[in-house]
Amino acid sequence: MKNVAGLATSKWSRIEIGFWLLPLIAFFLFPKYLTLGSQILIAGLFALSLDLILGYARIISLGHAAYFGVGAYTAGLLAKHGWGEPLSGLAAAASVAAALGLITSFLVVRGQDLTRLMVTLGIGLMLFEVANQASSITGGVDGLSGVEMQPIFGLFKFGMDGRTAYLYSLAVLFIVFCFARTLVRSPFGLSLRGIREGEKRMPAIGVSVPRKLIAIYTVAAGIAGVAGALLAQTTQFVGIDTLGFPRSAELMIMLVLGGTGYLYGALVGAAVFMILQDYLANLSAVYWQFWLGLLLVAIVMFARGGLMGGAIALRRRWLRRRS
Amino acid sequence: MLGNLIGVLFDGIAYGSLLFIISIGLSVTMGLMNFVNLAHGAFAMLGGYACVVAMTRLGMPFLASLPVAFVVSAAAGVVLERLLYRRLYRATHLDQVLFSIGLIFMAIAAATWVFGSQQQPVRLPDFLRGQVRILGLDFGAYRLFLIVVVVAITLALTWLIERTRFGAEVRASVDNQQASAGLGINVDRVFSLTFALGSGLAGLGGGLGIDVLGLDPIFPLKYMVYFLLVVAVGGAGTIKGPLFAALILGVFDVAGKYYVPQLGSFVIYVVMVAMLLVFPHGLVGRRA
Repeated sequence: MKNVAGLATSKWSRIEIGFWLLPLIAFFLFPKYLTLGSQILIAGLFALSLDLILGYARIISLGHAAYFGVGAYTAGLLAKHGWGEPLSGLAAAASVAAALGLITSFLVVRGQDLTRLMVTLGIGLMLFEVANQASSITGGVDGLSGVEMQPIFGLFKFGMDGRTAYLYSLAVLFIVFCFARTLVRSPFGLSLRGIREGEKRMPAIGVSVPRKLIAIYTVAAGIAGVAGALLAQTTQFVGIDTLGFPRSAELMIMLVLGGTGYLYGALVGAAVFMILQDYLANLSAVYWQFWLGLLLVAIVMFARGGLMGGAIALRRRWLRRRS
Repeated sequence: MLGNLIGVLFDGIAYGSLLFIISIGLSVTMGLMNFVNLAHGAFAMLGGYACVVAMTRLGMPFLASLPVAFVVSAAAGVVLERLLYRRLYRATHLDQVLFSIGLIFMAIAAATWVFGSQQQPVRLPDFLRGQVRILGLDFGAYRLFLIVVVVAITLALTWLIERTRFGAEVRASVDNQQASAGLGINVDRVFSLTFALGSGLAGLGGGLGIDVLGLDPIFPLKYMVYFLLVVAVGGAGTIKGPLFAALILGVFDVAGKYYVPQLGSFVIYVVMVAMLLVFPHGLVGRRA
């Protein structure tokens, strides 16, 4: 029987455990690609935060990079001005991004798709403009350099080989993932799915739709902030592109490539996207954008479920044939 | 000071007129097909490049190149509507957004490949350069020309929508597709034609706008917000709404950049969010 509620399946399946072993295996197999690996993990975390609002609450956001960038600048500025302890930096970035998420969520929740799209886009552009103009603080288009990190727990230094950065990103990703996994399987997560499937019916069973949306938007903003902070801490630099529209758009591409509403889709999509980008952008940086656009059109036309949707359909077919 | 104010108002209105021509097609696609087409600016860019090619390679004068821009963009609109857009009319807004972002990326890469990433120059004819003196105030001749063109287009469009059979079909299809189809209106054809008309007008606007907005491959992305904003604020599916919205936006943007240049584009984004919050269904709502 199909488990509709999903509440009972909070045990980790073998596939999931296997999935989480992959990044550990990659750590030993590809020591030369750990920098790319950290980027993938961070992008995955960021995509995860978008999945919470897009996949579970169906809020279309074109400005999610706003929270990523705010997190990055928070962590970067703290470290630049002497507070180089990484974990408290992450916490600070999460708090600032979540606070911004909470404030802006009231604007976002009000309208319908088109209005939401525009408001999220507007918030993103506004923050970009602020960072651009306040160049004495943020470094403007040159970016924020001089970010100096202390070792994690005073023990593990961020070295040139990227080992610390990789494991640190992986640990943070895993912890946040567990949190998100619990969240979407909680009654709260179920009510979000209810809103996604039938927004008009939810008030009838006593759910305050705006309140739930505000809550998830705030959480997602906080997680995006953590992702941004991770990027700032591991690369010790914050570029203004962390706030830009292309980042929000690419994020969306990663998510739909992987598949929305599975959490794992975000991680798979981020990995595939980043590896493709690394490969194709090396071939020619300008035309990578063309392939990206083509990929996106192809996904929408032919593969709406993304990689996860395809994999799940295949697995179902396989199980059916076996039984 | 007063002269300044009038100058800013005038420039703002000219700028707004341009936004209007480009965005009116988007307003129709959103109102008629309920399609969130972020890639609308790509049609404007195509028109701009068509203009440039007509002028530099074929040696056509500026005014003669404008119809070329219209035709090229309209043709591209028909082809893309038939091949791609049509399949997504019933898709979710998310799918439409992703699809059109994909088109934007492809358009940017294609334009970079063909024309390079630099700004394209435009050579205006002599009578459109310089200033015109009216009532002791100097007005840019080209901006005056823009305003005249937009007034003409608005009148023509209003006539088309309000007075012709085709216009009646468009209005009927916007209000209720099923009932219109039941009455024997070929809704598919209406969609194709309006899409072509909208893309063509965007292309015309792109050509007219080279001097004001500039033309480079990131054009569709740079001005995407403005076009969307005109429609979101003005309300989809009308002519009046986007016109007012475009003029308001134009004036605020020019005034913001003139009086508080240190804030940059910040002013326009604040205006945008504020207007969306005050009028979540647009200034002139066609639908309840």
